[in-house]
Amino acid sequence: MTTAVLEAEELTKAFGGGRSLLGAPKPVIHAVQDVSLTLNEGETFGVVGESGCGKSTLARMLVGLSTPTRGTIRIAGKPFDRHLLGATAQYVFQDPVSSLNPRHTVRRILEAPLIHLKRLGRDARAARINYLMDAVGLRPDFLERYPHEFSGGQAQRIGIARALAAEARIIVLDEPVSALDVSVQAQILNLLADLKARFGLTYLFISHDLAVVEAVADRVAVMYFGRIVEEAPADRLFAHPHHPYTRLLLDSAPAITGKRIDAGEQPAELPDPLAPPPGCAFAERCPHARADCRARRPPLAPMGPYHSAACLYPLNATD
Amino acid sequence: MTSAAGIAPPAEAPPPARSAWRLILRNRLAAAGLVVLASIILLALVTPLLPLHPPNATAPANRLLPPFSDGHLLGTDHLGRDILARLMWGTRLSLAVGISATFIAALIGSVIGILAGYTGGRTDNTMMRGIDMLMAFPYILLALAIVAVLGPGLFNALIAVAIVNIPFFARNIRGATVGIVHREFIDAARLSGKGRLRILAADVLPNVLPVIVITMSTTVGWMILETAGLSFLGLGSQPPQADLGSMLGEGRRLLMNAPHVSYLPGLVIFLIVMSINLLGDGVRDALDPRLRAGALARPAPMTAIDRTDMGTDVAPVDAPLSVDHLTTQFRLGSDTHHAVNEVSLSLGRGECLGVIGESGSGKSVTALSLAALVASPPGVIAGGRVLLHGSDLLSKSARELRKVRGRDVAYIFQDPLSTLHPQFTVGDQLVEAIRAHRHMSRAAAWAEAVRLLDLVRIPNPRGRARAYPHELSGGMRQRVGIAMALANAPEIIVADEPTTALDVTVQAQVLDLMDELRRDRDTAVLFITHDFGVVTQICDRVAVMYAGRIVETGPTRQVLEDPAHPYTRKLIDCVPVLGSGRRRFDAISGLPPAANRLPRGCAFAERCELADAACRAGPIAMHEIAAGRQARCVRPLAGTS
Amino acid sequence: MTAYVFKRLVALIPVLLGLSIIVFAIMALIPGDPALAILGAYATPENVARLNRQLGLDQPLPLQYLTWLGNILTGDFGRSYSLNRPVIDEVLERFQATLVLAGAALVLCTLWGVLAGIVAAVRQYGWADRIVTFIVLVGISIPSFWLGLLLILLFAVELRWLPASGMYSVYGGGDLPDLLRHLVLPAVTLSAVAAGVIARLTRSAMLEVLRQDFIRTARAKGVGERGVVYRHALKAAMVSVVPVIGVQAGFVLSGAVYIETVFQWPGIGRMLVNAISTRDILLVQGGVLVVAASYVLFNLCADVVQHLLDPRVQA
Repeated sequence: MTTAVLEAEELTKAFGGGRSLLGAPKPVIHAVQDVSLTLNEGETFGVVGESGCGKSTLARMLVGLSTPTRGTIRIAGKPFDRHLLGATAQYVFQDPVSSLNPRHTVRRILEAPLIHLKRLGRDARAARINYLMDAVGLRPDFLERYPHEFSGGQAQRIGIARALAAEARIIVLDEPVSALDVSVQAQILNLLADLKARFGLTYLFISHDLAVVEAVADRVAVMYFGRIVEEAPADRLFAHPHHPYTRLLLDSAPAITGKRIDAGEQPAELPDPLAPPPGCAFAERCPHARADCRARRPPLAPMGPYHSAACLYPLNATD
Repeated sequence: MTSAAGIAPPAEAPPPARSAWRLILRNRLAAAGLVVLASIILLALVTPLLPLHPPNATAPANRLLPPFSDGHLLGTDHLGRDILARLMWGTRLSLAVGISATFIAALIGSVIGILAGYTGGRTDNTMMRGIDMLMAFPYILLALAIVAVLGPGLFNALIAVAIVNIPFFARNIRGATVGIVHREFIDAARLSGKGRLRILAADVLPNVLPVIVITMSTTVGWMILETAGLSFLGLGSQPPQADLGSMLGEGRRLLMNAPHVSYLPGLVIFLIVMSINLLGDGVRDALDPRLRAGALARPAPMTAIDRTDMGTDVAPVDAPLSVDHLTTQFRLGSDTHHAVNEVSLSLGRGECLGVIGESGSGKSVTALSLAALVASPPGVIAGGRVLLHGSDLLSKSARELRKVRGRDVAYIFQDPLSTLHPQFTVGDQLVEAIRAHRHMSRAAAWAEAVRLLDLVRIPNPRGRARAYPHELSGGMRQRVGIAMALANAPEIIVADEPTTALDVTVQAQVLDLMDELRRDRDTAVLFITHDFGVVTQICDRVAVMYAGRIVETGPTRQVLEDPAHPYTRKLIDCVPVLGSGRRRFDAISGLPPAANRLPRGCAFAERCELADAACRAGPIAMHEIAAGRQARCVRPLAGTS
Repeated sequence: MTAYVFKRLVALIPVLLGLSIIVFAIMALIPGDPALAILGAYATPENVARLNRQLGLDQPLPLQYLTWLGNILTGDFGRSYSLNRPVIDEVLERFQATLVLAGAALVLCTLWGVLAGIVAAVRQYGWADRIVTFIVLVGISIPSFWLGLLLILLFAVELRWLPASGMYSVYGGGDLPDLLRHLVLPAVTLSAVAAGVIARLTRSAMLEVLRQDFIRTARAKGVGERGVVYRHALKAAMVSVVPVIGVQAGFVLSGAVYIETVFQWPGIGRMLVNAISTRDILLVQGGVLVVAASYVLFNLCADVVQHLLDPRVQA
């Protein structure tokens, strides 16, 4: 039996908007639109998409760093409480170095959540910090150093330790390895897997790299132009994608196995966010698009067990 | 992986106060400024204790004595007052007023700036509109207006000068604050449960403080000049009290017959302001991370070449390009970073050679060294040869090399947004590339540019030629980059991570295009990348780099399927492969060695499970392990049979 | 382009309104009875009361402001009591003289500031760079009013090459060569500081730009060093230099106050200083408003030039 630890319903984030002094409406850009998802306890939920698809905006809303324009977030069944920012859901940033204050020592960075969220005393903090450093595989003598003295991989371990400090059970990982070299990326991915098992964590793992997501995720959502276009258990999604965009992503990823990539013929351009098309945002690039794809937006509809896609003419529809 | 230097010094080292002081003192001009300023301040402080004439005691009998008169070292003014005494008391006053005005302006301006920058939104907007309004006045008009309201007087001048400078501080500090507030560590602090005030005090303020100090140190001299100016106009200190400005103002009327009465106070003002400015520049250089380590040194037209060895091998006759023991270093002060160490490779006609490695492996520096494009300083090519059909590019003059660049060897760079000039249309930039090597009318070159854009499959090439780079998508921009490289049908193209900045679907199209074009035109490509997947798509052969050396080379399929060097093996095991489901990775423990502290032996030995004493003893040579395959390992994993 | 200029012109309206409010506030803030301040010490109570009525000073402040603004918009800046003529006439006459001086200084400082900055950047750490850096440092540290005195001593008193003061010779002058002879010393003095600032900025902007990736691209294309420096780098550097020239216009106008005093130039700066000394508030108001408005307009031009230079800058 799975329990939902985080439920998001119809999250929308719009930037801009409102009216100028003279009353003319300002342009609105919807970075995320009507995204609903559920995180089950103990799973890793992957979100895949290319730049500009809204995946980071979504992640920031889920931990409370940014307020949704519309929609609700419930954590463990209760509406999200802004006063609990950081206590229930934590965040690991893409750029490990810029997420650490250059003027604070590692100790000071790790102490902050223990003081402000856990209200631990001095001795308890010291013990907990040593425990965290050990958990992420860093030597205790790093504690008195400053962030610029660390490599990207080490800095990301510090960022992970900071996220673990508050004992939040939900961790949103926003491209946690994309700034890292492949050998360091492997170290961090392994560390994340170990920590998840050790502390019973639930991950939302955001990445542009399908292969990384496949390696870590139980379920995967694919985002395009601010919306989820397909969602399925990882093995199903990678084996039998229904949405042509998922197919294109899979075909485009170059693999070490030497499989030839298939780039698609249409120019890879996103629609103008200031004038979004009325129909499917992917239609212009889609080899299977028909007239009605451009006329109305396909809803995210169930296509099989736990599998849904937003496409009028899905691929592999027979199975 | 992003910039040419590869080993740029850490972008933002927080300078501990002590090292900042040391940096200031090491700067000779700043130290001189500090000494002069400290002496003047000291003299001003002890002035009341010195045996001087009373500054305001008039003696009409001794009017306008020249300097070095008896009892009046610097002479007297029109009322017979001792100029030395008046100068010292005036200096005291000018310094006090100038420095107070600076502190007042800095305090109020910083508070406004930080509040506006931190709060953002409407508060920010309102505050900055007000500041803009104040800045719409030429500063002295505002000062004059304030003095007009308050009436002339030194204290009023101080207030006027302080108010006039508040907008300047507010703007600067707001800019710095906005830069900090949008950094991720502020989000991290919020997630650590810190309240807004605590974040302001503990996270924002310490990072803004250097900017405040820099702004103060660069404006205090200016403030002293301004208060002196108001006094000079008679709107500051009122007789008999005199600061340096009003002394100068009074002396002006005696310019013809007693010039010393005016030029002495002016000289003192000049000395004070000059010493402050010297010191201020030193402070700025010490606190601004961008200016450290000569970061603003102008790169020379070609990399400095200081070769101790000239390579050994004879060039293979059939290879258009062969690189022989190329060694490139970054010399930062007494520290030498060995970015590229004795790299040898050759590129056959129409061949695509991939150079793969992680950040800091020296792959990009190798690519840039070929046409001496490594920024210099700090880059130096310290050895080896780059042979283009047997002639050494590194022995050419900058003028001769210019003719090779873009005609025989062309480049495609990583991020097309920063590598295309933002203020020229893409058509203009293509025309320039064409006309750099071919005598062609502008119109003909423009037609050629449009043809090139069409060649790289940019829709509506005629229209797009008139677009600026920022008006194109990332994929389109990189197509322009490719078109530019093809402009003169070069024999060799060096592509330095050309698809790294692109999304995967765009990357696929760009790779497709490159592969097709190079085959059609029989162009040799040196393809730099960190991505094994990309290598398999486009490269015939691959060279793996680690710590500035090539550790393995061979045909792509063979190297990837059956790697010989343990590093290659382990690196491939780290790569996530689509279609292999959930998995753990066989990660490589540890980190590569620092480029300024390379070990004598195999650089990978510390991370290699198979390493023993022989690996660490000394340099390992490249061994031929099979036809066309080499590895830099004493016990390679493959090809030994 | 036209749309951009139009947008900027529209955006100018609130700025000019703000300026007028600040300038109006100056009068409102004067402690004591403004009419008394305007009429000076010899005012009779009847005259004070009459002026108060005339100026509408018995009305509430916002209403006073609107009346005042209406007058300004019709060109009525009031009457200067110390000169006994309309403020607008005096201000415009003096402003012409200031424009000649400040314009000449601005052209001079832009020319040699940009040139010196380029030379210093191209010959970084060479002798030319050191000399320019030193002159710049002296330029921004020297009090301009003192520099003016030194130049008068040298060129007017000792060498007698140039006149020491005024705009035209008292006898037999009045033509252009006469004006130019009088202009040389004050214009050079006035340009010293601003030239230093521009030279410094041009140098650092050039050095910054020369490290950009697109410069490496130009070199990789085979563009010669001349083209790299003067076409690619200079064009990019000017994007950050042009707004500073706009700001320097403010410094030149400010410096003009000193320089006009030193060289007895009949400009608006000297007029303002005298007006403050004589507490001729209406004259101060008019002068400040006209100079500030012209400065705002000049900065608008600088913005337009920057927009022309850099296609990325949006309105």
